[in-house]
Amino acid sequence: MLRFQLWKIVIILFVITIGITYALPNFYPPSPAVQITLDSSLGKISPNIAKRIEQLATETEISFSSNLSEELDGYESILFKSENYQDQIKLKEYLEQNLEREFVIALNLAPNTPAWLSDIQASPMKLGLDLRGGVHFLMEVDSELLISTRLESYLADIKRKLREERIGISRSEIVDNRIIFSTRTDATDQLDDYLKSNIDLEYRKQDNNQFIVEYNEQGLDDLIDYAVSQNLVTLRNRVNELGISEPVVVRQGKNRISVQLPGVQDTAEAKKIIGKTANLEFRLEAESNSLLSRTDQFDFSGQRVRLLKQVIITGDKVADASVGYDESGFPQVNISLDGEGGTKMHRSTRNNVGRKMAVIFVERKIRTSNSSDEIESYFDKRIISLATIQSALANQFRITGLDSPNAASELALLLRAGALAAPMNFVEEGTVGPSLGADNIRVGVQSLVLGLSLVLMFMIFYYKVFGIIANIAVALNIVLISAIMSILSATLTLPGIAGIVLTIGMAVDANVLIFSRIKEELKNRLKPLDAINAGYDRAYITIVDANLTTLIVALILYTIGTGPVQGFAITLSVGILTSMFTAILVTRFLVWLIYRNRKHLETLWI
Amino acid sequence: MGPRKIASWLSIALVVLSIFSLTFKGLNAGLDFTGGTLIEIKMSQSANLEEIREVLGSKLEDDFQVSYFGSEQDVLIKIPGGSENNLSDEIVSALKNSFEFDLRRKDFIGPQIGEELRDQGGLGILAAMLVMMVYIMFRFQFKFAIGALLALIHDVLIVLGIFSIFYIGFNLTVLAAVLAVIGYSLNDTIVVSDRIRENYRRKRKSDNVDVINRSLNQMLGRTLITSLTTLLVLFALLILGGDFIQNFAIALICGVIVGTYSSIYVLCNNLILMNLNFEDLAIKKSETYDDGMP
Repeated sequence: MLRFQLWKIVIILFVITIGITYALPNFYPPSPAVQITLDSSLGKISPNIAKRIEQLATETEISFSSNLSEELDGYESILFKSENYQDQIKLKEYLEQNLEREFVIALNLAPNTPAWLSDIQASPMKLGLDLRGGVHFLMEVDSELLISTRLESYLADIKRKLREERIGISRSEIVDNRIIFSTRTDATDQLDDYLKSNIDLEYRKQDNNQFIVEYNEQGLDDLIDYAVSQNLVTLRNRVNELGISEPVVVRQGKNRISVQLPGVQDTAEAKKIIGKTANLEFRLEAESNSLLSRTDQFDFSGQRVRLLKQVIITGDKVADASVGYDESGFPQVNISLDGEGGTKMHRSTRNNVGRKMAVIFVERKIRTSNSSDEIESYFDKRIISLATIQSALANQFRITGLDSPNAASELALLLRAGALAAPMNFVEEGTVGPSLGADNIRVGVQSLVLGLSLVLMFMIFYYKVFGIIANIAVALNIVLISAIMSILSATLTLPGIAGIVLTIGMAVDANVLIFSRIKEELKNRLKPLDAINAGYDRAYITIVDANLTTLIVALILYTIGTGPVQGFAITLSVGILTSMFTAILVTRFLVWLIYRNRKHLETLWI
Repeated sequence: MGPRKIASWLSIALVVLSIFSLTFKGLNAGLDFTGGTLIEIKMSQSANLEEIREVLGSKLEDDFQVSYFGSEQDVLIKIPGGSENNLSDEIVSALKNSFEFDLRRKDFIGPQIGEELRDQGGLGILAAMLVMMVYIMFRFQFKFAIGALLALIHDVLIVLGIFSIFYIGFNLTVLAAVLAVIGYSLNDTIVVSDRIRENYRRKRKSDNVDVINRSLNQMLGRTLITSLTTLLVLFALLILGGDFIQNFAIALICGVIVGTYSSIYVLCNNLILMNLNFEDLAIKKSETYDDGMP
C-alpha cells in the first residue's frame, strides 16, 4: 500500500491554490502610461478639461486608452495607457510641450490586474531595469571632502569664538583631517582650558604647544551616516521632481546611494537634476577695512568683488523656492528659509542694510589632475547674484538679477529639492534602452520555453509515466516561483530568468534521484509499491543535503552581489525551495493518486 | 574507476594549465571589474566604423575600441578607465549629431567599484568553498570535506582556466555562474558521498576501493541524467539567451561538465588516497539523523 497523510494533501492543495492565484497577475502585465495631475493645490481636473487633454493627446496619432468616463465629475489624475514605452515617451513629450504649466505630467506604469486579484494584494512581478529599460546610478559620498569642509567651518567657528574671548592663537591649519592650533607660550593654558571645555570633537594637547582637534572614529561614522541619510532624502525629492513612476532610491552600504529610474532614457537630463551637488552660500560683501585673510575674491560681471569668508547660511536652510517675475518683468527666485535660516539671516542683515550680499553658486566638479591620473574634485564657486540689502531680511526674500527665466527655474528647482548635505560622486551608471529591454524579455522567455520543452521531452522519454509526473512538478515549480516572486515583490532581471531556467534543469534532479532509486530497488527485487516507498524515503536525505548546499551558495551570491547577480541569486534560492516542495511532496502525491488503489501492482512504467 | 590514474594525470594537467594561463595571460576582465565606459548603439543602417571612430576621436584619446556587435548595425564602443562620469553623455550627444541610432545600453563603472567587485568576487568564491567544507565536515566527515574541497578547487580553476585560455569575457554574471558551479559541483559530490556512506554502513567488510567503485556505478546513471537535463537548459540559454547571457551559459556548461567529471574521479581518488575506511563512517551515538535504513 502507498501511504500518504491527509495533512500533506491539505498543504499541497493549499499551496497550489495560493501559488496559482498569486502567479495569475503576471498574465496581466502593466501598461506604460502617462499620468496627468493638477498641481497639488488646484484640486481635481474637471471633465471638460480632461476631455480637452484627451483631444490634445489624440492629435499625436498614438494609440492609447484613457481612464475617462462619463459619470465622474472630476479626476484626481488622468491616465493614458499606451501600447509600448516608445509611444509613452512621445505622448509625454507632446503633452509637456502643449499643456499649461499647472499640469504635472509623469511617466507611470498602470496596473492591469483584475480587481478581484488586486483586492487580495496580488500583483505582477516587478521587472528590473535590464528588462524594462531605464537608468541606474550609484553615487558615493565624498568622505574626504565632507570632513575637510566640516572642519573648515568648525575652525572658522572656533576662531570667531576665540576672538570674542580674546584668546590669541598664532597659527591654525587643517592637515590630514585634523585642525592644529599653535599659540604663544604664555597663552597655552588659557587656550587649553577653553578648548577642553568647549570642543565637542576629540581634542588633545601635544608637547610642542600644538593643540589638535579631530573627529574620532565614531564621530566620523556618524558624520558620514548623517550625510548619507540626509542625501537620501534630498535625492528622493529630486527624483520626485523628475516625475517618473516607481523610482528606487536606496542606501547601499555605508556611504553609497543607488538610484534606479525605470523608463528614463535621457541620462544627461536625469543626472543634471539628481547629481548636481550644487549649493548656495549667502555671504556679505567685504568692507574696506576687512582683513584680507578673512575674504575671498570673485569675479562678477567683469568686476572684482571681495566677500567675507564667513557664510551666513547655506542652501540647505532653504525651505521653498519658486520662480517669479519682478516689477520690470525680470525673472527672480522667491526663497523661503526655515526657522534657523531665517534667524541667522535676520541677525546678519539687520545691521547691514545698504551693504551688498552675494549669492554664491557652489558646484562640485571633477577633473583629472594635470600631474597624475588621479581624479580630483574641486568646488567651482561663482557669484550668481550680488544685490544690495534693502531691509533686514528674514524668512522670506528673493534673489533678483538672474540671467534668464530658464536659469531661474532651474535654480528654483534645485533649491526646492534641497542641497546635498555632502558632495557625491557618480561611481557607477547604466542605461538600458527600451528596445534592449524588450529584446531581453523576448530572449529570456524564448530560452525558458526551449529549455523547459527539452527537459520535459527528455523526462517523458526516459521515465514515461513518472516523467509526466515530474513534468507536472516542474510546471508547478515555475508557477510557484512566479507566485513567490510576486508576493515578495522581488524584481525579475535577465539573470533572474537565467536562474529560473537553471532551476528547471536542476529541479528535475530530485526526481531523477528518486526515480533512479526506485529503479534500483526494483532491480533489488522489491515489489513495485515498496520500491516507490523506499525510493522516496531513501532519496529524501540526499536531496535535502544537495539542495541545501546550492541554497547556501545562492545566499552568498546574494550578499556579495549587486543588481543583476542578486536577481540571479533570488530566483535560484526561491527555485530551490519550491523545487524541493514540488519534486518531493507533489510528485509523491501524484504517484499516490495514480497507484493508491492498486493492491497488486506488477510493473511500473518507469 | 579503472582509468583512475589517467584521470588523475588529466586533472593535474588541466589544473596546471589553468593556473599557468591565469598567471600569465590572466582573465579577460569585463567592464564590471576594470571600470570604464561601454556604449551599445543600433544604427538605422549599416554602420561605418571608421566614421564613428572619427567622431569619437575628436572627443577621446586613442584608447577606445569600436566594433560590430552581432550585426553590422549594432556597434559597441568601449572606453577603458573613464574617470569623468559625464564622458558617456558627451559621446552619445556627439554621435547623435552625426548619426541616426537607437541607444541600447550605456554603462559607466567607476574604477573603485571595479576594484571592489574584484575583491568581493574573489572573497565570494573563497567564502563559498569554506562554507561548503564546513557543511560537509558537519554532515559527513573530514576526509569527505577535503575531497570535496579539492574537487571544488579543481572545478573552479578549470572553468576560470578555460575563460583565460580562450580569453572569453569575464564579467559579474560569469562570476555568478562560477559560484553556481560551486553549488552544482557540490550537489553531485554530496549525492555520491551519500551513497558511499550508505554502502560502507551496509557492508563493512568490503575493500574501500570496491565500495567506492560500487557507489559510483550506482549513482552514475543519476549523475549523467541530471547533468544532461541541466546541460539541455544551459544550451537553450546559450543559443537563445543573447550576448548578455552567453558567457554565463558557457561558464555553467564548462562547470557542469567539469563538475560531473570531478565528482566521479576527483572526489573518489582523494577518498582512496586518504584511505577512507568504514570506521570513519561508523554511526556515532551522538548522531541523530536517520539514513532511512531499516
